[in-house]
Amino acid sequence: MPSFHLIFQSAVSGLLLGGLYGLIGLGLGLSWGLLGQINLAHFAFVFLSAYLSYQISTTFAINPWWALMILPPAFFAIGAGLHALIRRFRMTPFNSLLLTFGITVIVDALIQWIWTADFRKLESVYSNSKIEIAGIYFPYAESFSFIISLICASAVYWVMKKTDIGKAVRAIAQDPQMSTAFGINQKFITTFLAGTCTALAAIAGICVSLIFTLNPSQLYTWIGVVFAVVMLGGLGSAFGPLLAGMLIGISESITMVFIAPSWAPIVSFTLLIGLLLFRPDKI
Amino acid sequence: MQVKRIQTNRPLLNILLIGVLLTAVPWLGLPAFWLSFFYLILYWSVLTLSWNVFSGYSGYFSFGHGAFFGIGIYTVAYMCGQLEMTFLPMVALAGVLSGTAGVLLGALVFRVKRVRGELFALLTLAVTFIIATVVLNTPIDGGPGVYLNSVQVPKLAPSTPATFYLLILIVFILALLISKHISTSKLGVALFAIHDDEDAAEVMGVPTFKTKLVALFISSALAGVAGGIHAVFVSYVTANEVFSINVPLFVVLMSILGGARHWAGPALGAVVITSLQYVFTIGDNALMGKMALGVILILVILFKPEGFLGKRAKANSKKSAKQIADSYGVSLNSTQSTTPTHFHVDHHHHTSLDNSNKKLNKGEVLLTAKDLCMSFSGLKVLQNLNLQIYKGEILGLLGPNGSGKSTFINVVSGHYKSTGGSLSLSGVDISELKAHAIAQQGVARTYQIPRPFANLTVFENTRLVASYARGISLALATPYAIEALEKVGLAQKIDVLPQDLNLHQRKFLEFARALAAKPKLLMLDEVLSGLTPSEIQSAINLILSIKAQGTTILFVEHVMSAVMALADRIAVINYGQLLAEGDPQEVMRNPEVITAYLGKKLDHA
Repeated sequence: MPSFHLIFQSAVSGLLLGGLYGLIGLGLGLSWGLLGQINLAHFAFVFLSAYLSYQISTTFAINPWWALMILPPAFFAIGAGLHALIRRFRMTPFNSLLLTFGITVIVDALIQWIWTADFRKLESVYSNSKIEIAGIYFPYAESFSFIISLICASAVYWVMKKTDIGKAVRAIAQDPQMSTAFGINQKFITTFLAGTCTALAAIAGICVSLIFTLNPSQLYTWIGVVFAVVMLGGLGSAFGPLLAGMLIGISESITMVFIAPSWAPIVSFTLLIGLLLFRPDKI
Repeated sequence: MQVKRIQTNRPLLNILLIGVLLTAVPWLGLPAFWLSFFYLILYWSVLTLSWNVFSGYSGYFSFGHGAFFGIGIYTVAYMCGQLEMTFLPMVALAGVLSGTAGVLLGALVFRVKRVRGELFALLTLAVTFIIATVVLNTPIDGGPGVYLNSVQVPKLAPSTPATFYLLILIVFILALLISKHISTSKLGVALFAIHDDEDAAEVMGVPTFKTKLVALFISSALAGVAGGIHAVFVSYVTANEVFSINVPLFVVLMSILGGARHWAGPALGAVVITSLQYVFTIGDNALMGKMALGVILILVILFKPEGFLGKRAKANSKKSAKQIADSYGVSLNSTQSTTPTHFHVDHHHHTSLDNSNKKLNKGEVLLTAKDLCMSFSGLKVLQNLNLQIYKGEILGLLGPNGSGKSTFINVVSGHYKSTGGSLSLSGVDISELKAHAIAQQGVARTYQIPRPFANLTVFENTRLVASYARGISLALATPYAIEALEKVGLAQKIDVLPQDLNLHQRKFLEFARALAAKPKLLMLDEVLSGLTPSEIQSAINLILSIKAQGTTILFVEHVMSAVMALADRIAVINYGQLLAEGDPQEVMRNPEVITAYLGKKLDHA
C-alpha cells in the first residue's frame, strides 16, 4: 500500500496534467461540436507549436512565455486558412477528418525532418522549479499550464455566453441556414472560430514544450486520451473538457501508483467505454 | 437470368485465372527480393480489401484496422512463438479471434444510436491503443517483442519467400472473391444502403445492426489472417510497430485512392501506394515518402473523393440493372404510364363514403394503438393515443402542425420506440420490435421528403426493399421490383440514380419501394405535398389501385380535397390525443375539430 502522501502527490500531478488534457481538448471539442469538423490536425498543430516554442526559446535564449505572444496569432491564421479550404470544397465532416489526417501526416514528417526523431527538451528557468505547500510539490511549469487551461476555458465560456460573437456561434451550430437568414455572417464567424481553435492548439503546444521532452512519435500517443476527454466532457463545452481532463488525469496517476505506469494509457479508454456501455445516451 | 449469370460469373473466372497465373511466379527464377516485394503488394491488398468490405461499403471508416491486424499478428506470435503450436491452424485461429474482436467492438459501439461515422472512426482508433497497452503489459509480448525465427512453415515452394508469397496469394484471391461477391450480394447492397441512409434502410426492413456486425466480422477476420501470416514473414514483432498509425493510414489511403465502392478499387490502390513507397524507401527517402502520402491523401480528398474506380462502379451497375430488366421483358423505352386519363374526385368520394360505414362497424382490426405514449425528454408528443386501423380501409390521419401525426408514423414504423402503451398488428405485439422486424411484419412507409439511397439506382433501391421486407433473395425480388416500378410509371427510369429524378418521380420512387415490399399497412406521409394538380391526380389513382389490391393505407395529408376523396374514415389528433374519428363529412363538421384547426370563435370567449 503506497503512503498517503504519495497518493496525494500523484493526485495533484494528475490533476495538473489533466488541465493540459483539457486545454488540448478545448479547441478540438469546440470545432467538433460547433463547426462539425473533427480536426485531427489539432494534435499536429499542438506539437508543431511545441517544437516552435522550443526553437524560439532556445535560439533567442528568451523566456518561453514570449512564444505566447507570437505563436497563437500565427496559428490563428493557419486555422482560418484551413477552414477556408474546407468551406471552399464544401467538405463533409468525414472528408474533413481525412483531410486533416493527411495534414497530420505531413506535419509529422516535417517535424521529423527539421528536428529529427531525437528527444528535445526545452531548458528554461521553470524547468526544475517547484513550490512546496504542506509537503506537496507543485512544479512551476505544470502549475502554469493548469492556470492557463483555467483562463482559456473561462475566456471561452465568457465569450460564448456573454458576447454577440459567442451567441452567433451557438446560433450557427444549431441551425446554419436560419442563422444566416437572420443576418449572421456565417463565413466570418466560423472562420474566426476555426482560427481560435487552432490558436488554442498553439497555446497548448507551448505548455507541452514547457513540461515534456519532445519526440515526434508523441503526436499520436495523445490522440486517444484527448478524444476521450472531449467525448466525456461534451462536444462544444467550455469547462467540460477541463473537468473530464482532470478526472482522467487523476485516474491515470492513481493507476500508476497502485498498478504500474505502463497501464496508465488504458484508463481513459476504460472510462470512455464504460460510459458507452452504461450511459450510451450521454455520448 | 441468362444475361445475369454471365454478368456475375465473368469477373469470378477472371479472378481465378489471375490467381492461377500468379501461382507460377515462384518458378520463374526471380530473385528472392522480387518475391518479397510481390508479397508486400499482395499483403497490403489483402489488408485494404478486408478493410473495404466493411468500411468502404458501409461508410463506417474504421481507424482501428491495426487492432484487428494486430490481434492476428499476436495470436500467431504467442501461439507459435511462445507456445510452439503449428503454424497454419494458428493462422486460422488468428482469423477467428480477430473476427470475434470485431463483432464485440461493433456490438458495443453500434448499440449507441448516435454513433455515426466520425465517432466510430475515433473509437476504433482508441481500441487500437487499448489492445497495444494490454499486449505490452502481459506475457503476450511484455515489452521486448517476440522472435518467430523458429516457427516451422510448411514448404509449398522452392524457397521460404516463395512460400510466403503463395500463402498470401491464396488469401489475396480469397479476399478478392469475397469483395466481389459481397459487392453484388444482398449483404453488400444493404451495406451500400446503410452508407447512404441508415435510418431509412432500417425502416425498410434492413437489419442494419446485424448487417454491420456480419460485415465487420468478415473484415476483421481477413485482417487477422493476413496479420497471422505477416507475423512469421517479418519474424520479429514489436507492439510499437504492429499498432502504429501506419496500418490504418495506409488502408484508408489505398482504398480511397482506388475507389472504396468498387470491389477491386482497394487492390488497385494498394498496388500503386506500395510501389510508390518502395521507390521512396530504396531512394532512402522514407520521410519524403510519408510526406508524399499525406499530400496524395489530401489531393484525392479534394479532387477525386470517389477514387480511380469510383466512376466505373456506377457505370457498371447501371448497365447490369438494365440487362436484368431486359431479361424480365421490361422494355425501358416504352412510354408506358399510369397517369390517369381523367380523374373525378366526387365520383370516388361517394363510393368511399359507402364503404366507410361498413368498415367502421364490421372491419377486422389490423393495427391497434392502445394508450400509446411518446415523449422526447419531457415533451409529450403522443399522450395515451388510442387508434384502430381496419383491414382494407384508407384512414386519413389529420391534425394541426405538431399534433403528432408524423411521430405516430415514426413510432409505428419502429423508428422511435414508444415510451408507453402498446401497438399490435393483426394481434401481434410490435411495440418491442426493431424497425426492420416491423417492416418484415408488413408495415411500409413513405417519407414526406423522399429519402432514396442516393448511390443506388432506382431499380436497386426498389429491389433492395422488396428483398429485405419480404425476406427473399435479390434474384427472387427482381420481378416484384420491376412490377412496382412499372406500376408507378418509373419503368423508363429504372437504371438512373435518384439524383436524376424530379420531385414527382422521387415521390413515386417512394411509392415503388413501399409497393415492392407488399405491405399489409402502408403509411403515406404527406405524399402529395409539393405536387402539381395533375401529379396529385395520378398519385390519387395510384393510391386507389394500391387499396384495390388489399393493402390498408394510413394517410397523413394536408391537401383536404384529396383526403375527402380518398379516406374511408378520418381520425383527427391534437396534442397527441385522439380528438375525433369516423365518417369524413361528420368529422369535419365536429366543432372540436374546427376549433383545433381554426381556433375559437370570438363570441364564444
